[in-house]
Amino acid sequence: MFTDNDRQITGIQAIQEALAEEMRRDPNVVVFGEGIGERGGCFGQTKGLWNECGPERLIDTPISELAFTGMGIGASMAGLRPVIDLMYIEFMMDAAGQVVHQAAKVRYMSGGQFHCPLVLVAAIGRYNNAGPHHSGCYYPMFMHVPGLIVVVPSSARDLKGLLKSSIRSDDPVLFLEHKSLFSKKMAVPEGEFLTPLGQANVCRVGTDASIVAIGQMVEYSLAAATSLAKNGIEVEVIDPRTLVPLDEETVVRSVQKTRRLLVIDEAHETCNAAAEIATRVIEKAFDYLDAPIVRLSGAKVHVPYAPPMEQFVAPSPERIEQTVKELVA
Amino acid sequence: MKRKKAQDKTRGERAEAGCEVDEDRALDFYRSMARVRKFEEAAAQYVREGSIPGFIHAYIGEEAVAVGVCGALEPGDYVTSTHRGHGHALSRGLSMKSVMAELWGKRDGTNLGRGGSMHIFDASRHFLGTNGIVAGGVPLAAGAAFAIRYKKTGQIAVSFVGDGGTNHGAFLETLNIAAAFDLPLVIVVENNLYATSTPYACVTKTQDIALRGTAVGMAAETVDGNDVEEVHATARKAVARARGGSRPSLLVCQTYRTVGHYEGEPVAGTYRTWEEVEAWKQKDPIINYKKRLIERYGATIAEQLDRIDEEAGQEVASAVEFSRNAPFCAPVEATEHVYG
Repeated sequence: MFTDNDRQITGIQAIQEALAEEMRRDPNVVVFGEGIGERGGCFGQTKGLWNECGPERLIDTPISELAFTGMGIGASMAGLRPVIDLMYIEFMMDAAGQVVHQAAKVRYMSGGQFHCPLVLVAAIGRYNNAGPHHSGCYYPMFMHVPGLIVVVPSSARDLKGLLKSSIRSDDPVLFLEHKSLFSKKMAVPEGEFLTPLGQANVCRVGTDASIVAIGQMVEYSLAAATSLAKNGIEVEVIDPRTLVPLDEETVVRSVQKTRRLLVIDEAHETCNAAAEIATRVIEKAFDYLDAPIVRLSGAKVHVPYAPPMEQFVAPSPERIEQTVKELVA
Repeated sequence: MKRKKAQDKTRGERAEAGCEVDEDRALDFYRSMARVRKFEEAAAQYVREGSIPGFIHAYIGEEAVAVGVCGALEPGDYVTSTHRGHGHALSRGLSMKSVMAELWGKRDGTNLGRGGSMHIFDASRHFLGTNGIVAGGVPLAAGAAFAIRYKKTGQIAVSFVGDGGTNHGAFLETLNIAAAFDLPLVIVVENNLYATSTPYACVTKTQDIALRGTAVGMAAETVDGNDVEEVHATARKAVARARGGSRPSLLVCQTYRTVGHYEGEPVAGTYRTWEEVEAWKQKDPIINYKKRLIERYGATIAEQLDRIDEEAGQEVASAVEFSRNAPFCAPVEATEHVYG
């Protein structure tokens, strides 16, 4: 999938490219958010767009998440394709009513007369000690709601390809960017490409156990897999990339081959994405399992500030490695 | 409050204020209000009877607001409505049969019976929905207004909201954004004095809602919401401000629902007194308009107005018949229209 010729760019650069390409392609794409104009966004996600798109298309909003999210929804019903940048997913909670009751339900309630082609962009995840108000994942809450698409990329390549697909989607998309990807350089092909929504990525092929990992947990799982391979254990690592719709087929096929499954999710354990994925596998491939499914999740506590505690509450490559060893023993 | 009661104004004063309309227009106003009233009376009856499932919030007593405002709009303008929204839907030209069938939950409803009273949509009328979430439609209308200005399509957007909604963050945040962004938007507050059962005065220090518009730098006016001509005249100014200069307005209409919050709730006795309800019934927007038109045009118009009442009643009866006999969607169709 990756070639040696691919250039290395950061996650943020990948996001900038996706936005620039889609805004050039479709004049109906506009961005709402705090400081996304001339400043270029809190994380630099709209840097470089100001001269080309200006204040008509990069709309700096007041700190009114509820209103500007609702505005994005109304604008999408009236023919635009807004990207609503909420900065951190925590701030989406102030607009959650508009997301759940309007964006997610408009197509359904109106019997298909209206729809909401919009993208809600927010940063997620524990990263560099941001503390309890800037470190959450929260996608399980939104996975619960019919009508929403939930995307959690794990590489710069997918940030670009999936953001482009999300902007072209005719349904509301939550595009959740793990902060660990922002400044990391990764291989991304030159030029335009789209990554389809609803298609998992088999990041590493293996035979002894399957790992389904989300967001930063993909990186951790690949690190654990490399280490495990030295001990002769070959794990398959799957990144669902979109949690809704979920590519069950790829996960089930993998489990049918390896007969063992570990699901890794940074979100708090109760009702998280891992719980959903595990349940689907039990429903679809129980007879293929040689061992109980194991979950590694974010702890059922908030994300603390102090580095040792922050590290403690999420799965680590070491814990993943140890868990796989126990799973295949 | 500086406003005057409708019945306190002389005809000369009204003409001077630019409120008085010509006879055809007056008959249109009367017809539109009568249609809403008859519709609501029938809907309430069939909710009580149990043949309409669910519950409704009737607009009885507030008809002059929807009719006066919508009479100032063009067909392409966008409107968001509230949980008490049948009057807005009908005033925007949605088919009465389709709206009634939607209350009945039938396939022939405006949106296939999957919304009901609080979720009536009609794309062909740019009607962005009645809304089960208080103030939920206000930011949506601002978004439509943004899209209009961005695409330079020349329409405006209107959002109806109740006095209760003016204490919701969605209203307060949107008010500021609409002013800051110069959106072609008219926010119409239907101040019926109660947020469900809570008197506005008990939970709000400043009673003058228009001040909220002034505070964010938006044109704001308060009118007698039971006087269709006054509502209309003021709405026209607000609409012109939005369409011509892309400037938003807040239009506060003082009115009252002379029925319960939802059909089935006692009209008075808990949070309102019978005396208060009776006093407002004396200010009924339809009865008083009828009186005024007879006063203005003479007894000959009385016959026309009676005929309008009769026709409205017949139209409602036929919508009821249609809705009662219309089919439901198949249960499995509940799985459609989740994603595109």
